[in-house]
Amino acid sequence: MSKVNIKIEGIPYEVDAGLTILEACKQCGYDIPTLCTFNHGECNQGSCRVCLVEATGARGLVASCVYPINEGMEITISSPKAVAARRASVELILSNHNRNCQECDKNEYCELLDVARRVGARDNKFDGAKSPVTVDQLTPTIVRDTSKCVLCGRCVERCKSAHGIGVLGFENRGFNAMVAPAENRPFIKSPCIMCGQCINVCPTGALMEKSEIAKVDEAMAAGKYVIAQTAPAVRAALGESFGMPVGTPVTGKMVAALRRLGYKKVFDTDFAADLTIMEEGTEFLSRFKNKEALKKEGKYPLITSCSPAWIKFCEHNFPEQLGHLSSCKSPQQMFGAVCKTYYAEKLGMDPKDIVVVSIMPCTAKKFEKGRPNQAAAGVPDIDYALTTRELAKLIKRAGILFNDLEPSTFDAPLGIFTGAGLIFGVTGGVMEAALRTVYEIVVGKEAPSLDFVDVRGTQGIKEASYDLNGVKVKVAVASGLANARKIMDDIKAGKSDYDFIEIMSCPGGCVNGGGQPIKTAYERNNFDIKAIRAASIYAQDKNLEMRKSHVNPAVQTLYKEYFGEPNSHKAHEILHTKYVKRDLH
Amino acid sequence: MARLNSKAEAQIVSIIERYKDEKTPLMMILSDIQKEYGYIPLEVQELVSDKTGIPVAEIYGVVTFYSFFSLQPKGKYVIGCCLGTACYVKGAQQVIDKFSEILGIKAGETTKDGLFTLDALRCLGACGIAPAVSINGKVYPKVSVDQVQGIINELKGGAN
Repeated sequence: MSKVNIKIEGIPYEVDAGLTILEACKQCGYDIPTLCTFNHGECNQGSCRVCLVEATGARGLVASCVYPINEGMEITISSPKAVAARRASVELILSNHNRNCQECDKNEYCELLDVARRVGARDNKFDGAKSPVTVDQLTPTIVRDTSKCVLCGRCVERCKSAHGIGVLGFENRGFNAMVAPAENRPFIKSPCIMCGQCINVCPTGALMEKSEIAKVDEAMAAGKYVIAQTAPAVRAALGESFGMPVGTPVTGKMVAALRRLGYKKVFDTDFAADLTIMEEGTEFLSRFKNKEALKKEGKYPLITSCSPAWIKFCEHNFPEQLGHLSSCKSPQQMFGAVCKTYYAEKLGMDPKDIVVVSIMPCTAKKFEKGRPNQAAAGVPDIDYALTTRELAKLIKRAGILFNDLEPSTFDAPLGIFTGAGLIFGVTGGVMEAALRTVYEIVVGKEAPSLDFVDVRGTQGIKEASYDLNGVKVKVAVASGLANARKIMDDIKAGKSDYDFIEIMSCPGGCVNGGGQPIKTAYERNNFDIKAIRAASIYAQDKNLEMRKSHVNPAVQTLYKEYFGEPNSHKAHEILHTKYVKRDLH
Repeated sequence: MARLNSKAEAQIVSIIERYKDEKTPLMMILSDIQKEYGYIPLEVQELVSDKTGIPVAEIYGVVTFYSFFSLQPKGKYVIGCCLGTACYVKGAQQVIDKFSEILGIKAGETTKDGLFTLDALRCLGACGIAPAVSINGKVYPKVSVDQVQGIINELKGGAN
């Protein structure tokens, strides 16, 4: 790569050509404050004006995030003029900002507060009129509060780049400008898939999950039998909320914390993931046997159904192709269904008296639990779904010293899990778990290696072929719905030769879900968070004795005592669901 | 989604097809629709979105950003009062207020009979004849408050 010579604060540096001032300064060890720049150019609007610096050859101050460097450029970050300009930019943003920081759900990770500290912004410097405010809290999932929005555009770009959807856009002009779905409609009247990626990239509290903490408090206070289940990806990220490095596994501490929070039982969604493999693996094998006929009916290849945001996306964008989706409920819902049928019978309790709380890396799970056909026992399978962030908040509120907790283990039987269930939290994990079991059923012996490395990794689309006793099975794994769209378009055009497809909505899978601890733009720009959390999950799987869903003794007992066999009539009634066609507009 | 009738849909689709080889066709498509129909309602934006793959939120953003585009049908006569600096100091605010008072509409609105739309414009570049009013492309120079009723009468006469 060619190099150019620049000076920063009078000191000469040689840097890569073609960089922006912001990037060049980063190479030389300077972190200029910025709000709108995000994720290696995913969002680069130059809209926030926080990163102003002086540069020779430029007229006035320039936004360093979009201004390119050139040979001989002299950049000044700390001149009185640049310092004052950055401070004024932030003060102007603050002048139109709802500054009730103490009650803001994002206050711990607010990037606006961070840059305000760094530039020394004063309060009320430019007090005046405020833009009209919209607060949309109609969905069970995402709250949009424009009084906190800084119009950086990160959410707009995220929705487009991750999913190719673009639910959010800038609308109106000047003082009335806002980021919103078309016509400033609520999310519920848009094709929003509730994935929460916009929450993760929002630098302020303008986008946040809809909290269900108060409802869980009520259930606890009413003395209900409250059961917790924790999704696999939570344990690879929860520690980050307590200052631990990204990807620190905290399974034991998480279980211990949930016990202290008063849950009667602490179970594991991984158990239900193992159950999902039994149901979905069986479904795959039965479709596989009949593939030519099912292709004509639009039911082959089979596509996984664990990701509720993916399901909603498919319903909006590919309503004629819903036949490809596995009829299996997601692990969250299977857990709730088993809890309120089989386990309620075991306890001798009325399912109405059991409250199931899911701890999820996902915001769409809050939507999924309210879908039709998700109430096996006549009451909702899942009562409340909390994000990883909400759990961290509860732990802090209770004064629990998380880092000092003695690790605890999940309760039996619904807390017994295998490595196959655990890797559901990562893109490729559901496929790998299915392959571990399907291979063994078809071939009659364990796969030569339980590590199906071809379906691992953070690439958007992965494909692999496996030889099962002379029969070739071609699989694909996609995360990020822009990638799913490519796969669906190919299926629609009759160009797809896959047998089995796994789709997760969030890029990298659930470890990068919309309910996970917020990472700042700086952290996201400099670390591959999803890869680090994924490595944590795979490392845990590697060390487990049981790594195949079908060897899970609790799952085996469940079939023996209750369902008979996978895809039995009873299993269909309790563990499977239906999908609905939705309009795109 | 509210549906367009099939004739309208075919017309919009033919406009979209004019620009199918363009890399960034949105402005041209919207511009043609605005010129030919006088406004771009949401159902049309949704159709443009379906055909181009551009998210409807983005299209709506463009339509609401540029004052050239309109979400509502415009009247037969679009009265644009310049409120640029020169016109403003020459009393343009009083002129637009008078139009507003006589027509019973605010800037940006259209009369119920569909005859008049009142728009507040920024500089028309006609500062020498301030305050200027532009009506369907014809520029009225040095408009005074007293002339407003006469202009409206003249247009109404033309309409009959």
